[in-house]
Amino acid sequence: MADSAAARREEPLVLGIETSCDETGVGIVRGTTLLADAVASSVDEHARFGGVVPEVASRAHLEAMVPTIERALKEAGVTARDLDGVAVTAGPGLAGALLVGVSAAKAYAYALGKPLYGVNHLASHICVDQLEHGPLPEPTMALLVSGGHSSLLLSSDITSDVRPMGATIDDAAGEAFDKVARVLNLGFPGGPVIDRYAREGDPSAIAFPRGLTGPRDAPYDFSFSGLKTAVARWIEAKRAAGEEVPVRDVAASFQEAVVDVLTRKAVRVCKDEGVDHLMIGGGVAANSRLRALAQERCEAAGIRLRVPRPKLCTDNGAMVAALGAEMVARNRAASAWDLSADSSLPVTESHVPGHGHHEGHDHVHEVSKENLYS
Amino acid sequence: MLLLALDTATPAVTVALHDGTSVLASSNQVDARRHGELLLPAVDRVLAEAGTRLDAVTGVVVGVGPGPYTGLRVGLMTADTFGLALGVPVHGLCTLDALAYEAAGTDLGGPFVVATDARRKEVYWARYEDPRTRVTEPAVDRPADLAEAVAGLPAVGAGAALYPDAFPDVRGPEHVSAAALAALAAERLAAGAELLPPRPLYLRRPDAQVPKNYKVVTPK
Ligand SMILES: [Zn+2]
Repeated sequence: MADSAAARREEPLVLGIETSCDETGVGIVRGTTLLADAVASSVDEHARFGGVVPEVASRAHLEAMVPTIERALKEAGVTARDLDGVAVTAGPGLAGALLVGVSAAKAYAYALGKPLYGVNHLASHICVDQLEHGPLPEPTMALLVSGGHSSLLLSSDITSDVRPMGATIDDAAGEAFDKVARVLNLGFPGGPVIDRYAREGDPSAIAFPRGLTGPRDAPYDFSFSGLKTAVARWIEAKRAAGEEVPVRDVAASFQEAVVDVLTRKAVRVCKDEGVDHLMIGGGVAANSRLRALAQERCEAAGIRLRVPRPKLCTDNGAMVAALGAEMVARNRAASAWDLSADSSLPVTESHVPGHGHHEGHDHVHEVSKENLYS
Repeated sequence: MLLLALDTATPAVTVALHDGTSVLASSNQVDARRHGELLLPAVDRVLAEAGTRLDAVTGVVVGVGPGPYTGLRVGLMTADTFGLALGVPVHGLCTLDALAYEAAGTDLGGPFVVATDARRKEVYWARYEDPRTRVTEPAVDRPADLAEAVAGLPAVGAGAALYPDAFPDVRGPEHVSAAALAALAAERLAAGAELLPPRPLYLRRPDAQVPKNYKVVTPK
């Protein structure tokens, strides 16, 4: 849908709430300017489980929400009355965790008499780059990589047109990092620690497999499950033989296999689609080798690379506020008060407009109600 | 006084507005899977029916459970955030107490037990001397293990109705109503009593499996 006749509303002040996983994020933006980015993480509570425990995350969101909103308002130096809208991640994500944020956002918007925007977590990961590098070029190709997703998305308008080009068919890239870190006894989360060890290792020491890179494989899809298994087998064989595991070389070789495939496919889809801007977002975008290799390959291919700073790449409320502000700026319909969390909200739905404002899709929000209340 | 009461600790999504003397408006829906969707429209309806707005509310009271977590948190998060936005106090009240209070109109003739569905073949329950007086801490147990503790007592609540072997004598209201929650809160506040903080009564630790670790410790 094209922008409506109404003029673009400049610089709306929007508060965004994010609770799709283990970070309670509250951000405040004015247009494309970041004013506050308050995050409370329950990551330490999940560490001993080696992964995010949904109920632990949901409990933590409930406790952290009000203090985090207060912190964000203070940091931004604005009062709630001045807001032009409240945005919240409606999905995808952990159902119970999302519901805490959606409940808070609805109550906050309602109590303040402000419009509510239930937005897509993945579109928010893309839109956050506006806070770092200014308005998104249209179209933009996005490579989103985190513990929950690994996707290539093409967007010509972040509020209404996001097209999936490719995605992982099994594990997310971040999951593979977590699992390999666990096999190496390096703790959770795996991303930062693997990155650290890999810096001192040899990325070509071990030839780990590159998934889905055969001539007949889907050109833009990913697979990290086979790689993860290959790494675990390799380590176990070393241990069985009583040899010491070269942690740094394993970390470097594994990481190289992941980022090689991610960047190769991202550049390929940009070329195939004639898109000259690539943004990389999601927690794994903080990986130093991914940034370096993406920069190298984009330069060689004449593609402009945009990667927000690490704190904006991981889950946060600022990214939700950034997309909310874009919704306000482009006069998108606000969500209704019966907005619900949708753990499998399709990536094509940048936001969940209120009744009678559906923009050419007819997805019915009946998904995953079962696991909401398990 | 204008109290907004809400409870989502059980399959009931219930909202009421109370002026310190009586209930001005209320909404009761039973849908165990749609707390998140139903609660805010219900608040909006109740306020409209009473001809007022949220910013006229002087306090919020919320059922703190015990109850299945996902639904329970909807009410608590909503109450917390209303409190923040409006700058009014948020009080908690045990959901079982509200159900007991609601049973006052039933001829119970003495002590009784309140039980709600805790799923996984368990109930959340407590014993009451009378509709205003709870004599045990809220607990979660398998009905079969309660036979002794509740023997001979009439029982109130949908949790009791599910297990006739443990609770043969079920009476009174099946579901909690925010009208009762509000009335009980107003009564206690008028008497100068302290209510609970608005924090959830989960009564269970979160389910979490600690994954099996690799035995070999790689030297760092
Ligand atoms: Zn994310």
